[in-house]
Order: sequence, then C-alpha cells, then structure tokens
Amino acid sequence: MSETYPKRPSQLFRNLSAKIASVPMILTAVVVFAGGTAWTVLYSFTNSKLLPRFSFVGLDQYYRLWAAPRWGVAVENLAIYGVLSLIFSLAIGFLLAALLDQKIRFEDTFRTIFLYPFALSFIVTGLVWQWLLNPDFGVQAVVRGLGWESFTFNPLYDASIVIYGILIAALWQGTGLVMCLMLAGLRGIDEDIWKAARVDGIPMWKTYLFIVIPMMRPVFITTIVIIASGIIKVYDLVVAQTSGGPGIASEVPAKYVYDYMFFAQNLGQGFAASTMMLLSVIIVVVPWAYLEFGRARRG
Amino acid sequence: MVMAAGKPSVSIKDLSLNFGNVQVLQALNLDIAEGEFLVLLGPSGCGKSTLLNCIAGLLDISDGQIFINGKNVTWEEPKDRGIGMVFQSYALYPQMTVEGNLSFGLKTAGLPKDEIAKRIARASEILQIEPLLKRKPSALSGGQRQRVAIGRALVRDVDVFLFDEPLSNLDAKLRSELRVEIKRLHQRLANTMIYVTHDQIEALTLADRIAVMKGGVIQQLDAPQAIYNRPVNRFVADFLGSPSMNFISGQLEGGEKPHFKADGVSVPLDRYAFDKSSAATGACIFGIRPEHIAHGEQAAALPFSREIEVEIIEPMGSDMLVWTKLGGSNLTFRAEAEKPLKVGDRVIVGFDPARASLFDAPTGNRI
Amino acid sequence: MADTATLDMAPAATATRIETGPRGAKPRKTFSRRNIFLYGTLIVVAVYYLLPLYVMVVTSLKGMPEIRLGNIFSPPVEITFEPWVKAWSQACTGLNCDGLSRGFWNSVRITVPSVILSIALASINGYALANWRFKGADLFFTILIVGAFIPYQVMIYPIVILLREIGLYGSLWGLVIVHSIFGMPILTLLFRNYFTSVPEELFKAARVDGAGFWGIYFRIMLPMSLPIFVVAIILQVTGIWNDFLFGVVYTRPDTYPMTVQLNNIVNSVQGVKEYNVNMAATILTGLVPLIVYFASGKLFVRGIAAGAVKG
Repeated sequence: MSETYPKRPSQLFRNLSAKIASVPMILTAVVVFAGGTAWTVLYSFTNSKLLPRFSFVGLDQYYRLWAAPRWGVAVENLAIYGVLSLIFSLAIGFLLAALLDQKIRFEDTFRTIFLYPFALSFIVTGLVWQWLLNPDFGVQAVVRGLGWESFTFNPLYDASIVIYGILIAALWQGTGLVMCLMLAGLRGIDEDIWKAARVDGIPMWKTYLFIVIPMMRPVFITTIVIIASGIIKVYDLVVAQTSGGPGIASEVPAKYVYDYMFFAQNLGQGFAASTMMLLSVIIVVVPWAYLEFGRARRG
Repeated sequence: MVMAAGKPSVSIKDLSLNFGNVQVLQALNLDIAEGEFLVLLGPSGCGKSTLLNCIAGLLDISDGQIFINGKNVTWEEPKDRGIGMVFQSYALYPQMTVEGNLSFGLKTAGLPKDEIAKRIARASEILQIEPLLKRKPSALSGGQRQRVAIGRALVRDVDVFLFDEPLSNLDAKLRSELRVEIKRLHQRLANTMIYVTHDQIEALTLADRIAVMKGGVIQQLDAPQAIYNRPVNRFVADFLGSPSMNFISGQLEGGEKPHFKADGVSVPLDRYAFDKSSAATGACIFGIRPEHIAHGEQAAALPFSREIEVEIIEPMGSDMLVWTKLGGSNLTFRAEAEKPLKVGDRVIVGFDPARASLFDAPTGNRI
Repeated sequence: MADTATLDMAPAATATRIETGPRGAKPRKTFSRRNIFLYGTLIVVAVYYLLPLYVMVVTSLKGMPEIRLGNIFSPPVEITFEPWVKAWSQACTGLNCDGLSRGFWNSVRITVPSVILSIALASINGYALANWRFKGADLFFTILIVGAFIPYQVMIYPIVILLREIGLYGSLWGLVIVHSIFGMPILTLLFRNYFTSVPEELFKAARVDGAGFWGIYFRIMLPMSLPIFVVAIILQVTGIWNDFLFGVVYTRPDTYPMTVQLNNIVNSVQGVKEYNVNMAATILTGLVPLIVYFASGKLFVRGIAAGAVKG
C-alpha cells in the first residue's frame, strides 16, 4: 500500500454545511439570549434614562424599585395570581382530563370545546372578559335583572378584587392546555394498572389519588413549569382587560418593565425590574432543572 | 487456522475507536479476502456493528487505517469507498417507490439513465422484485423490504457488501428463507461480504470465517467448524452452540496421565489435545457440548461414562434435552424424541474427552 | 371445523352450568347515576367555556340601543352586520379611521414571512443537530433552550438596540426577525427531536448512496416529515398572530399587527363606547387562530404538546 493518503480535512471545515446551518442558532443563543441578558443585567446597575448610558450607580435602581408602591402592588398581584392560577388550573385541568378519560362519547367534541380558548390571544381573552364583567351590561347586570337587586360582582372596577377578575379570564383561556397535558399523561398510564386496581377492589378515586397521580409526577412537573413560566410573563391579558387599573390595582411586573422602558423613559428602572423577573424565573427553574436532570444523571 | 487466501479485499490495521474516554474498539486488525463471506458475531454492545460502521465510513475512527481493494479509504466518504450496505431496519426511503429507492444513489452519482435502468433490471431480476418496482415500501412485507434493501446495495455494483443484522427484524420462517437467499446471492456474485449478527445459526450457516467479538476485541477468527469445535476461550465456547456447552468447574491434574477431577468425577484426558505440550495442575473448567454426550449402550463404550439420574426433560420436537447433574454442575444432553425417558430414570451417559474443551479457570483461556 | 368443536364442547358445558342466576350480557343503563354525573358535569363546563364565544357573537350582531336595554346573553332581536363592517373598515385608532383591515393586513405581512423564516431556520438547524453533530453544537443548543425560560422583558431592549443598528427597528422585517429568534428554541427542539426519531439507518443508507447535507435534507428528510412541518406551522401561525408584546415594542402605529390595533380600538378613551363594534373586532382578530384550530384538530393538540416542552 504505497499510495499517498488523502489529505485529512481540516477540523474547522469538516461538517461545514451543518455549521453554516447552525449559524442563526449560535447567533441567537450567544448574542441575543446570553449577550442580551448580560447586557440588561449590567445596565440595571446604571442610571440610564431615555437612552442607555454606562454610569454606574450600584444597587440604586433596586432600592428605588422596591420602594415604589407600584412595584409592590405588581409583585403582590403576581403572587396571588400565580399561586391561585397554579392551584386552580392544575385542579380543574386534571379533573376535566379525568372526566374525559372515562371512555365517554363525544370526547373529541368536549376536548375541542375546552381547548379552543387556548387558540385565542390574551388580548382577545381580556377584551371578552372585560365585556362579560362589565358592571352595567355584563354578569352583574344580568343577575340584577333577574330580580336580585343587591347582587354585586364587579371585579374590574373594585381595586381589592380586580386580580381575581383577571384570574377568571386566565383560567378560561389556559385550563384547556393543562387538561390536554394531563389527558396525555393519563393515557400514558399502563392499562394493566387499572385492571389490577379493579381486581383488588380499590375505588376509583383512591386509584387516582394514590396510584395514578404519583405515577404522573413527571407530567405534573412539566405542567407546573409551563404554567409558572406563563404566569411570570403575564402582560397582554392585563393590558387588554384593565390596563393595570383601577388606578394601579392590577399592575404586574411585566407591565411595570414595559412602562418604565418605553413610556416613563426610565430605562434603568425597567432593567432592574426585568432583572428581578429573571431572578424569579431562576428561583423556579433551577430547583426543577436540578431535580429533573440531576436525577437523570444519577440514573 | 484458515488464513485469508489471495489479496485482501478489506484490510483493517490497528483500528481504534473511542467515544470520549470509552474505548469501543481496541487496536483491531482484520484481513478479509476477495470473495470471502466474513461474519462478525457477538452479543449486543461487543462493537461488531460499530466496526461495520467504521468500515462503511459512517463513523470516524480514532486511530488506524482501513483499506478497501488496496486503496486507503480511512478518510473517504462512504459513497467513495466502493461499498453497499444493508441495514437491520431496511432503511428504505419511505416516500420513494422501490424503483426510486434503487435509483437514488445512482442518480446522485450522476449515472446515465440507461445505465441506471440496466442495473435496476439486473438487480430486480436477481432478487425477483420486478413486480414490486412501482410500489412504496409501506406496501411491502418485511421480507420484500429486505430484498429491496439488498437490491439497493446490489445496484451500486460494488465489490464489498456490508450487512448490519439484516434478518433480525424478520420472523423465524422468513429469516431462514432469506438466509438461504443471501447464501445463494454470495455464490452467484462472489463478492466480499461482511455480515454482522448476534445469531449464531446465521453465523455458522453463512460464514467462510467467523470473527467472534467481545468488548471491542476479536476473540477468535476462524472457520465455523474450528470455532465450534475448538473455541479459544470460555466466552466463545459459551456463545456458540445451542443448547450451550456444559461447563463443570474442577481441578486439572497434570503429569504423565492428566486427569480432570470434580466432585466425585475423574475424567481421563490422555486423548485430549492440549494447546501446550504439557498440562499444569490448577483450577480449570471442563466444557462438553450436549450433542457430544452419548447415553445408553453406546455411552458405556466411551472413555468416560457414568450413571446419572434424569432431573428435567425438555421436549424440542425433533429431539429432547435432558437435564441432570455431573461433578456438581448441571449437565444437559440430547436424546432422541422417541426415547422412553422419564424424570427419575437412571441412565448411563458418556463422552470422548477428545471432543471436550478445557479452560483455565482464572483467565478462561483454552488449555 | 369450528362447528364440530362446539358440538363436542356443548354437552359438557351445559352439564356444569347453573341454570338460575345471572346469564348473558350484563345489563347496562344509559341513565345510570354515574353517567348523569359525568355528562352533566361535562355539559355544564362546556357551556361555561362556550359562553364567552356566544356572547361575543350575539353582541356583535346587535345594535347599540338593543345592547343598552337588553341582556348580554339574549340573542339579537334584529340582526345587524353594521358593527362588523364598521370594525373592519371604519373603526378609529388615533387619527386613522380605516378600521381593523389595516391591522389584519399588517398581521398577514408579519405572520407569513415569520412563519416561513422561523420554520426554515429551525428545521435545518434541528436537522443539523440531530444528524450532523459537531463539536460545540450541544453547548449552543443548551444555551438556546435555557434562553427559552428567560422572560422576554429581559431581552426586549437589547434587541431594540440591535435592530436599530441594522436599521430594521420599527419595520415589519424587524418584527419578522424577532419572531424567528423567539420561535427558535421551541421549533429547533421540535425538529431536532423529530429528526432524531427518524431511524439513523435511513440517514446512513442515504450517505452510502452518496447524498450530502442538503441532499439528505431535501430529498429524504423533508418529504417524510410533512406532519411535523404542519405542527410547526400551526404553532407559529397561532403564536405569531396572537402576539402583542413584540408587536407593540418593535413596530410603529402604521405597521401595528392586528392584536395591537384591536387593543387600541377597544381601549381607546375617546368617543362613545360601541360594544358591538368592539366585539366584532375582537371576533375578527380571533378568527384566524380559531379557524386554524378547528381545521387542524388533533394536530393542534400535538403542536401545543410539543410547545409544552418549551415552557
């Protein structure tokens, strides 16, 4: 075998097409996601106003942020909205999925009905519920018209309960998705589990509670992560339904960020607030990622 | 050992492959003669498919060289290596017709239309798939799909065929049919064929030579009969043969008249062909194949015989497998199906130690 | 054959059967307590879910006097399409009074190229990640997926700067790029997982046949992955059409997408509220995703299940 060897292709140009095809991903990951995030975090320590400028002021923006009543309301709203929408969408979504899983007729029809709001935007959702909850024409007016004159259900104009008005709309829009995920999880349960439980004479509710739900742990975790990251982003719904009102009663952090960046011309505040949002995501996601992927690595 | 005759068609020199820190193949050397049918045999994870993928150029190797037809193809693209490949899952392009599947590679290579048509006609004649040419793979049975997959290798008009467990997805009956088909194909084309399988029957029936692999290393490379009769180590002995070889742990006593001793049994080994001239005393494993154990009258005449008690009988249709104990280990032997044997019967069994295999207990190597 | 078998069996079977007691199929009641509870609950919930849609439709078909006097749930006494016409071609946002049609066409001009660009980029990228792994690819992919969890608010402003630098801030194409960027994590994951599930042997066979990166993508992978492309299209059309945040940040009033314009029409503080026009406009905006939803059926479910992986 005395012939010359073919030249070994250079490492950089091996697989060149694949590397070219990945350039948009690399740019997005490095420049926009990593770079953009780092930039925002960095500039949250400056006193940028109308334009970003690099004049370091330490944690000033954060002190100001946490001193602002509007931010306090926003965080409190997000907490109430977050906890309740997590609980209710999981409970309702699972219940609906369990009902649909009873080998019922017209399953597809019911599923289509429960899921269609999810196809609609938050803007549309917010506007519909704004109309339904309109005190002069909506549900309150209809019930009063039936003779119950003292009936009061006016969340959108009552600062103390406005966040529940938004919650109702959000649940209407989002439970269909939870139901779908749960239904997929239920369908993934081995049929033989049900047969075994039936042979053992375990009542259905007990089977769900003690056997099926623990088996669906991964589905629940995925669903919770999805709901949670949706909660932190909530913005359009509030803008459409209440515009943050009455007053500042239905403000949320995402809206605070947008308003400070693009209206109040106080970029530094916006950056600080968005960094706080990032921090809250990290607090939610990191333990989950640790549990999920740490577990996988350990086998 | 049978050596590869003539000039090698495929030649592998010091081939190594690492995935990170894991050594998958270790300094492997292999010469395959022109027109030879070589089977790579081993349990899953032994590296046999990996080796085949390296030969095909589908995996980049870490070290060493690969020659095909005297040409160094170590860094060549798969298409330039002069190989055709048949996969376990058939790997037919689902959206193309059979004809499209056969012609895809030829069109990509820019062959003229009439040449493509000629090659497809020849391949489909050999494999008898002419009526299927206009169909999609989804409309074919498993056996037909595998024929088309073979046809796709055939039209490439290459010297080396690579088969990656081509029959594993088929049921038992089709498997034996296609096995004969592949053998016929090899006799007709006389191409070099490298065939990966974990099925010892396929290996024994098809191969000119078998390379038994384990842990990325070729354990034994030889003709099927040689491997069957004189396995180089306990792993090879255990892997080949069904039902598998009986193993009895015990002691080898060397000297003038070597003996194997285990729990009340003593087997004279003067007829055994030791690998080395003298046999050292030490712990060893005695192996004997179930089909080499006789019973009844013939057994009494053999150099070693002993009366045993029947424990379990497994009828296998054509014959039956009888389980008993010898020297503290399980022993199985074959008996004719008509034999009026029952559990609890006492029978004389015997064998010729010349047909046995002795393995060193710590290393597992043949003595 | 079967007949003789039953004949042989029959005497033995009858001999041992106990003649009294339950026999044959177990009776089933259509109106069992369980069924009434089950379907009752489902129907009540279904009505609740459908009610907002119903109210939207009936409100949009009523005249304003009827709305002021009546009940939002009552069907229209006198059906009028006037609100729809007005919403489409006359409703005012700021100084423009040419209706939602402007926003509709803006949304079309945004959605179509965004869907095409984002899917083209992500499918090729997912294919490269699945079948042509190169050193470092996994690292960038991990950053991309982690990036999907970062709130958009964190990245909004740096993107404003980037778009301003390349002169696309405020234009439709700037928004197209933004949608392609933010669609990338989920779509790349979708395609990568799909192409990974394609048997590797198929890819190997194509390489032995001499096809390269683009040959395998266009001739082998693309034709066999149409369903996943449909899923991706559904995901992107509804997602981009429904977007509000990016629209409001990265476009100017004359290029606002439909959702932004809708919000401006309904929540404008000037003038008399015309609820029927508002509801007509709301339906019009929701119509495109609703049509996609009802037309795609099970694929939509697959799409959101795939989207769900993203979070």
